[in-house]
Amino acid sequence: MVFFAIKAVSSRKMLRAVIYLLFVLIGISGIYFLVDYTFMAAVQLAVYAGGVIVLIIFSVLLVHHIELRLELSSLSQRIVSGILSLVGIGLTLFAIYTYEFSPVENYNSIEVAQIGNLLLSYQEGGFILPFEVISVLLVAVMIGAIVIAKGKKLER
Amino acid sequence: MINGISIYEILTLTTIIFFIGVYGFLTRKNLITMLLSIELILNASAINFVVINTYLFPENLQGVIFSIFVVAVAAAETALAVAIIINLYKLVASVEVEDTEIMKF
Repeated sequence: MVFFAIKAVSSRKMLRAVIYLLFVLIGISGIYFLVDYTFMAAVQLAVYAGGVIVLIIFSVLLVHHIELRLELSSLSQRIVSGILSLVGIGLTLFAIYTYEFSPVENYNSIEVAQIGNLLLSYQEGGFILPFEVISVLLVAVMIGAIVIAKGKKLER
Repeated sequence: MINGISIYEILTLTTIIFFIGVYGFLTRKNLITMLLSIELILNASAINFVVINTYLFPENLQGVIFSIFVVAVAAAETALAVAIIINLYKLVASVEVEDTEIMKF
């Protein structure tokens, strides 16, 4: 997964970068399967590998000459970004490894019924409010996409 | 939890993927490849939530539900970003960052 991620951000052909990202997303769905969270693994495959990647591939085919090689940033920019990322990785790993996690033995998988109950419950620890907010967000996104895609010519 | 894999190893993996996404976002000059780096960042953080939830606090399900919200927001944002990029392409005929430098006013 790390290999595909590195290839996705450093490939010089755009369609290959998208396909490498597809492999990374399938790998992430595999991790969800390993922690017994089968609902999210299926959702990840359907939404990301089915929806988002297809959307990005359509947009790549619309705006790009396929045989064109992408140009890279200047070397100094890449080195500075590389050093910043490495410093970030070092700092985060230092913070992770000096903290004593106490993992709990847990072998139950996560049921969809539990998730559904939590999402719609009004009691303490219920998630009804973020659920409604996400619904409003999705409506806003749909309206925004339609307005952007409509363009200006229809108003005359 | 996964038998035989400690939490440190998975957190290391998500950290590396997150910072590869950050590097890609800072390095790329094309709008669509910057979008791909953002997808890497969001997915790495979503795994982080789920893994910490299932390893340390298996009774609550808050991390699990938050990862659903992260995926919903990321998909919505990607759809809108693609719409904006295509609209921009009609205007400027290019999707490089350096060609989109003129604001409306």
